[in-house]
Amino acid sequence: MTFVRFLATRLATLAFVLLTVSFLTYAIFVLLPADPAQLACGRPCTPERLETARAYMGLDRSVVEQWWEFVRGVLTGRTFGSAGATVDCPRPCLGYSFAHNTPVTELIVGRIGVTASLAIGAAMLWLVLGVGAGAVAAVRRGTVLDRGLMVAAITGVSAPSYLVGLLGILLFGFTLDMVPVSGYVPFRDSPVDWAWHLVLPWSVLALLSAAVYTRLTRSQMLEELGAPYVRTARAKGITEERVVTRHALRNAAIPVVTLFALDLGALLGGAVITERVFSMPGLGALLMEAVGRTDVPLLVGVTVFTAAVVVVANLAVDVVHGVLDPRVRRGGRAR
Amino acid sequence: MSLDRSDELVATTASSATAGRTGLWRRLAHDRFALVGAVVVVAYALVALAAPLITRVLGVDPYTYDLDALGPTGAPAGPLGGISAEHWFGVEPLSGRDLFAIVVMGSRTSLLVGLGATVVSMVVGTVLGLVAGYFGGWVDWAVARLIDVLIGLPALVFMIAVGAVAPDWFPRLLLLVLVIGLFGWSSVARVVRSQTMALRASGFVRASQALGASHGHVLLRQVLPNLASTVVVFATISVPGAIGAEAALSFLGVGVPPPTPSWGRSIGDAVTWFAVDPVYLLFPGLALFGVTLAFNAFGDGLRDALDPRGGGSRRRRRRGGSR
Repeated sequence: MTFVRFLATRLATLAFVLLTVSFLTYAIFVLLPADPAQLACGRPCTPERLETARAYMGLDRSVVEQWWEFVRGVLTGRTFGSAGATVDCPRPCLGYSFAHNTPVTELIVGRIGVTASLAIGAAMLWLVLGVGAGAVAAVRRGTVLDRGLMVAAITGVSAPSYLVGLLGILLFGFTLDMVPVSGYVPFRDSPVDWAWHLVLPWSVLALLSAAVYTRLTRSQMLEELGAPYVRTARAKGITEERVVTRHALRNAAIPVVTLFALDLGALLGGAVITERVFSMPGLGALLMEAVGRTDVPLLVGVTVFTAAVVVVANLAVDVVHGVLDPRVRRGGRAR
Repeated sequence: MSLDRSDELVATTASSATAGRTGLWRRLAHDRFALVGAVVVVAYALVALAAPLITRVLGVDPYTYDLDALGPTGAPAGPLGGISAEHWFGVEPLSGRDLFAIVVMGSRTSLLVGLGATVVSMVVGTVLGLVAGYFGGWVDWAVARLIDVLIGLPALVFMIAVGAVAPDWFPRLLLLVLVIGLFGWSSVARVVRSQTMALRASGFVRASQALGASHGHVLLRQVLPNLASTVVVFATISVPGAIGAEAALSFLGVGVPPPTPSWGRSIGDAVTWFAVDPVYLLFPGLALFGVTLAFNAFGDGLRDALDPRGGGSRRRRRRGGSR
């Protein structure tokens, strides 16, 4: 029963956050004067034509009405324009890009594969690297290995991804000519080419993110290894290997998994910089195209979609946390 | 800085007895990595402050075109991106502007936005955390929901979108400071909130309330001074993130507009010249990496020095920050 209530509260928070985020996005785009109708109207733009364009796009209403139309569109789909000239935007409608003459949802679906390939592959790699390095550093605390790993980690945390990406391209792409430096091949066309094009972006993203996980895992492991239950386990004569992997690491993993879900969620919403560096046509690239053309409906749609991914990742973390740790669901919130 | 044995002994006993200010500095003085970080940060700050002087003395500036330094394709003439006695770091392709001047003046942009955004984050986070922790009830609830929304917002995507639609008359640097700052306050607000809740229940705050002190007095004079070290650590840790955000936005072309020098934008420009002139990437990239690393090293040391148990504060922060 308590778990049902816990879940209900979390779902209510999710709905609240999504509504607020979409409203904020709308409010900002209305407050900041970038008029898509003006852009679509062309030249010469008579006041009447501008009015028609605005009514067609649904921009003649107030912010609240526009936002409500958007929310309704996500649930039921919507139709732009009136009388003879209309365009349909089936549900879930995240708006209609007049610059592309395509529903935003369709554009997002067309790009999500690239971003997902990039994000999921990199995430697997950095989780293994980061947790492994962190655990080793904690067990070998104070040794040269530990120091070396920690210096490497702080360097990784500080290096901007685009810089490392470009250096990677220079070294492995141009100088050694080992891997392709840009572009994307869909998995369906050729799994080998798909992976081959992703090797460099995966490695770059993974190396940098692994640094954060190394630091987190190490500090968590040190804390767990000093806990009374570990002493008990050792006193019972359990092998050190088992104490580390089965007892300490398992408990240290909880916050690591939390962070992982959030990072993955954020990355699935668009790896803007990595996609730019490696010229990959993912969601981040779509967003930058929208910026370049001031395609406001597309900007709003991508922002709300990204927010949705992040919020759902948040929810997943909370639920998993609640399942793993009874204190969370009883108290309603981790303290 | 060398300490003999007895000093070291005094330092350790002092630090284990009280987490006082002297203990903090002693511990920090032992952390060589943090010290180097601090020295480098100070060096960057000095360069940023003296940047106009440095460029004037050397007779270079980041705005003057020097087409003579370019080859026929627009790439810098000569090897290594046109490094010469006149142009220490080479020149920018297409314009021939002096890269040394751009990197030196770029430190002003970087530090200005980094520090400005951090101030915004710290002020907003401290105020909201104080109020939420002190008053509790619906105020606490409202701040918690605000943090929920902030975490739900995809920060980089949102910054890009706002940068894309902001009107031209709005100063870009101020916009960057505000946007980056307003996305960075949630972690400090959380910690300030929980510390305020603890302090609210402590004897000296209760005594003060019993003597009839106003809420304002209690918050500003009794509670806030006890949070100073926490806020300072968070500020130090926040600066590299804010600097990185400015550079990332400028790299993507929605940050600092030309011709204002910015490391991130130079790196972004370098992408297109990469195959021809990879040296163009080197100096702005190293400058950015160096300042981020130095701040991170110093911030780490400061945090560990304040919390000698190690990892404790980190755990709280991660848990808090990743809910």
